[in-house]
Amino acid sequence: MEEQTIDKTVFETGEMVLNMGPQHPSTHGVLRLKIHTDGEIVSKIEPVIGYLHRCFEKHCEKLSYEQIVPFTDRCDYLASMHMDHAYSIAVEKLLDVELPERVEYIRVIIAELQRIASHLVALGTFGLDVGAITPFTWAIRDRERVLDLFEALCGARLLYNYIWPGGVSHDLPPKFVDRTLEFLDYFDPQIDEFNNLLSTNKIFIERTADVGVLPPEVGINFGVTGPSLRGSGVDFDLRKNEPYSIYDKFDFDVPLGEGTMGTIGDTWDRYYVRVLEMRESAKIIRQACAQLPDGDVGEAIPKKVRPAVGEVYGRYESARGDVGFYIISNGKNIPLRVKMRSPAFCNLSVLGEIAEGWMISDVIAILGSLDIVLGEIDR
Amino acid sequence: MTFAEIVKFIETKAPGRSSIIEGKEVVLVSPADWSEISTLLKNESEVDFDYLMCISSYDKGDNKTFGAAYNFYSIKRQHYLEVRVETEDGTTIPSVTNLWKTADWHEREAYDMMGLQFEGHPDLKRILLSEDWEGYPLRKDYKEPDYYHGIPVPKDKSYWE
Repeated sequence: MEEQTIDKTVFETGEMVLNMGPQHPSTHGVLRLKIHTDGEIVSKIEPVIGYLHRCFEKHCEKLSYEQIVPFTDRCDYLASMHMDHAYSIAVEKLLDVELPERVEYIRVIIAELQRIASHLVALGTFGLDVGAITPFTWAIRDRERVLDLFEALCGARLLYNYIWPGGVSHDLPPKFVDRTLEFLDYFDPQIDEFNNLLSTNKIFIERTADVGVLPPEVGINFGVTGPSLRGSGVDFDLRKNEPYSIYDKFDFDVPLGEGTMGTIGDTWDRYYVRVLEMRESAKIIRQACAQLPDGDVGEAIPKKVRPAVGEVYGRYESARGDVGFYIISNGKNIPLRVKMRSPAFCNLSVLGEIAEGWMISDVIAILGSLDIVLGEIDR
Repeated sequence: MTFAEIVKFIETKAPGRSSIIEGKEVVLVSPADWSEISTLLKNESEVDFDYLMCISSYDKGDNKTFGAAYNFYSIKRQHYLEVRVETEDGTTIPSVTNLWKTADWHEREAYDMMGLQFEGHPDLKRILLSEDWEGYPLRKDYKEPDYYHGIPVPKDKSYWE
């Protein structure tokens, strides 16, 4: 028999660079990961971003303050209300205006509904990433109800342009509060069902517990915020620590990762913090609906926004973390500079640190648990 | 700690190295002193700024002076500080990547958009724009290119008015 020769160059044993994305269902958008692998083990990850860059900050230099709101909508398209709210709070801080109390209550109700909707997508797609199809359909079904409420509110289902500097675009439609409470009554038991279906599923726990542990000090150093940081047990929520709007009036808890299924700060903890946060959001909405005052939502500031010369850094706790708007005004109706601190931008930067040493399939789980939205990262 | 207390603390540790911008609660540091002040902010347990929130680059509009605004927060002590480092075109700002890892991507963004140079950054390259992009778009004197890789850039902006 003829002796077989093996070409050594075909079976190289060195490091291999694997491209994941830009078009890949598990990257939650147009993200490219350059994964350096040693066999199945990841030795280094370089995220390559910018594929969805739409020059948000450049556009802001040409638009008046109120015209920017539709652009903030398109930054984090899964939590548009949060972006508008964050931007409006920053502009109002710059203008130094008081809002009618009813506006603040409406904003809180809407923001917490949006948090539920955004977390449902995060949890559903996370299940999808690790191979569970059904939870996704359940999550989207429940999110649909929130979107129906928003549609009744302002006619839009994804990009609302509802919260403006100085107020909101419309008052609540008739029976909105009743419909919201009806939704919450429906939704509370759904969380338990969701837990039965996914959170306590053995296969799911095997895939996520102890995987991709984010130590709290590493998280803070990388600027990770929101549920991703609270999963590591750091009690940091701007709604509690630096209350904006009227969040100091409500009684709610900040859920933290406890390492129930493994280590504190693992992928499962980051996932489960979001589940618990939906309950807290429901709690806030119930309180806000009960206290909702009557009144006029007529705008508190004139139609033409023209702040005095100065700067402001507005902070906001969105579904993904700490959103910041740094606005410099030169006294005209067009801002000199708008810089957005994107929470998912910082959350993504930690991926290379915590995914090192895990399998490629675990990278998908870790990325899913960070809950990134590329529209907000690339701006 | 309030702003005044933080300023007093910095003044006792590094006298004469920082100033306050008049009428604002902002500390101004020159690029030459920034590495010393930043180390102080991070490592002194009394101020303990463990969380760098944001680095915003800005153009003062005279085609010469550029700045970076650093927004800090201490999760442990719950206080806030804004520091600004202003530089003329061509001078570098010391990188703070070794203290806060957040600075890595934020400094890359400031370089990408405003052309600020950070000395000591491990890998200062463009982050949001493609690597062959010319110019720094957020500078006030930036001119939009007529062509990008041979493709004409549409100049009709009538839909904006």
